[in-house]
Amino acid sequence: MLKNRERYLSFILVSPSILAVIIFIYGFIAWSLRVSFSKWKGLIADYSWVGLKNYLELFSDPRFHVDIRNTLIFTGVFVVGSIILGFIMAVILDQNLKGENFFRSLFLFPMAISYIVTGVVWRWLMNPATGDRLSGFNLLFKTFHLDFLVNDWHTTPTWGIAAIALAAIWQMSGYTMAIYLAGLRSVPHELREAAQMDGANQIQIYRHVIMPLLTPITLSALIILGHTSLKVFDLIIAIAGKQLPLDVPAIYMWQTTFDGLFYGRGAAIGILLLISVAVLIIPYIRYILRTDIES
Amino acid sequence: MKRFRIGNRWLYIPLIALAGFYLIPMYVMLVTGFKSFAEIDLTKMWNLPKGIAFDNYIEAFKQLSPYLKNSFLMVIPATLISSMLGSINGFVLAKWKFRGSDIIFPFILFGMFIPYQSIIIPLVQFMRAIGLTGLIGLAVAHIIYGIPITTLTFRNYYASLPQELLEAGKIDGATMLGIYRHILLPISIPSFVVVLIWQFTSAWNDFLFAVILTGNREWPVTVALNNMAGSQIISWNLQMAGSFLAALPTLLVYIFLGRYFLRGLLAGSLKG
Repeated sequence: MLKNRERYLSFILVSPSILAVIIFIYGFIAWSLRVSFSKWKGLIADYSWVGLKNYLELFSDPRFHVDIRNTLIFTGVFVVGSIILGFIMAVILDQNLKGENFFRSLFLFPMAISYIVTGVVWRWLMNPATGDRLSGFNLLFKTFHLDFLVNDWHTTPTWGIAAIALAAIWQMSGYTMAIYLAGLRSVPHELREAAQMDGANQIQIYRHVIMPLLTPITLSALIILGHTSLKVFDLIIAIAGKQLPLDVPAIYMWQTTFDGLFYGRGAAIGILLLISVAVLIIPYIRYILRTDIES
Repeated sequence: MKRFRIGNRWLYIPLIALAGFYLIPMYVMLVTGFKSFAEIDLTKMWNLPKGIAFDNYIEAFKQLSPYLKNSFLMVIPATLISSMLGSINGFVLAKWKFRGSDIIFPFILFGMFIPYQSIIIPLVQFMRAIGLTGLIGLAVAHIIYGIPITTLTFRNYYASLPQELLEAGKIDGATMLGIYRHILLPISIPSFVVVLIWQFTSAWNDFLFAVILTGNREWPVTVALNNMAGSQIISWNLQMAGSFLAALPTLLVYIFLGRYFLRGLLAGSLKG
């Protein structure tokens, strides 16, 4: 049993952190919420209550509709791409090939790099210039006679955001590879052997034995990558700057708040982002903590 | 132990193709950096350099060095302090619980995932009001928003240790702090490495906090690099060399301590 004095001490030890979390996370969320119900627009704070006005204006704002469409396209391409690519890489690396460590490190290293660096480099790789000025991937395609692949990348109307998602896949697919590989390694060997005894071939073993066991990993990847794509900001800024066709909520929030000084609307976008992240993350945290207690 | 093989060495074909895909941006950064100014031509960006020159790296370093220094000045204290806090929190939440500590933990955890757009307006207002701006303010922000991930990593590690380890200390009459310092801290080194790497990487790579909390003399390298890229005057070759310089510190950490990076990633590092 803990002595009372030491119980106090343990609380005192964590209290600075708890206080910081209460203020900087929950206090600030409440504060943002309050700003989102205000008409604050300009350098001087104005907390006059306007109710849901900022939210309602957003819902009928064409720019916010573009943001939602872009977020959906980005999320779809990025999440599906990272999961498929990560899974393929994990399955290949699970075959005990020579050089496995080298390839695994190679697929993971972009995660150590900043989105800004990735963005600056990809901006030149995806240069849409044509004719004599052809460069980047387009030049590479042309050289290898793959002209049909030459495209306008992020400057493509409507689907431009998908090009940004390609750079994000480059950066994050190593993460899905790593979690799938850890999952594959934890599949009991006997299970594969038993399936093989029953006459299943390799593809059948993956399809019917291994993949069902990896479902929790796929779910985690969906949630983690999905919530990352709601927050995407740096990568787009570094590739394309603040351009309306590639707008997303995080950029709109940024521009309307710090360039346009429309704090009320900026806060409303922030809160909407928080709600969409919370819908994904809260069940996830409950799930992690439940499995944590069981194990 | 024998493993199953799909098609053995044919698998190297997709593997090498994938390796090529991951290396392309690295190739362009490095090759461009080693070209002389005379060789720079966007339509020849894939060509190998004719010789080894350092023009681009030298010029990019000249432009970025104050900002690289800012990054180091901010990242080092931020990394050390948030790791220390995480270790103490993890210890208490795993091994020295007080009433309500199990309720607090998920609330700390949630902080790891919040979109920072939802707290950034109050953050700026608050930091200005208390006079914590510039690099110090940025370091404080990284420390505080780093608490959830560092706490989670240490808590998971300490929770995996047997309770008997502590009981032995208690029998010897050690106090709570004594047990932490003499029993747990010495065996926490691997977790410290994981957390230090993680915090170093995320604070170094951050852009959002940096761009709102610092002015142009205090920019860390991510902000400076982004402005370099947005400028019409600075040519692409310098941007490439600059990108490489900005990526180098975290890349080196990754190359030498990649094992721990992976462990951090799998342990709880679910942050995006």
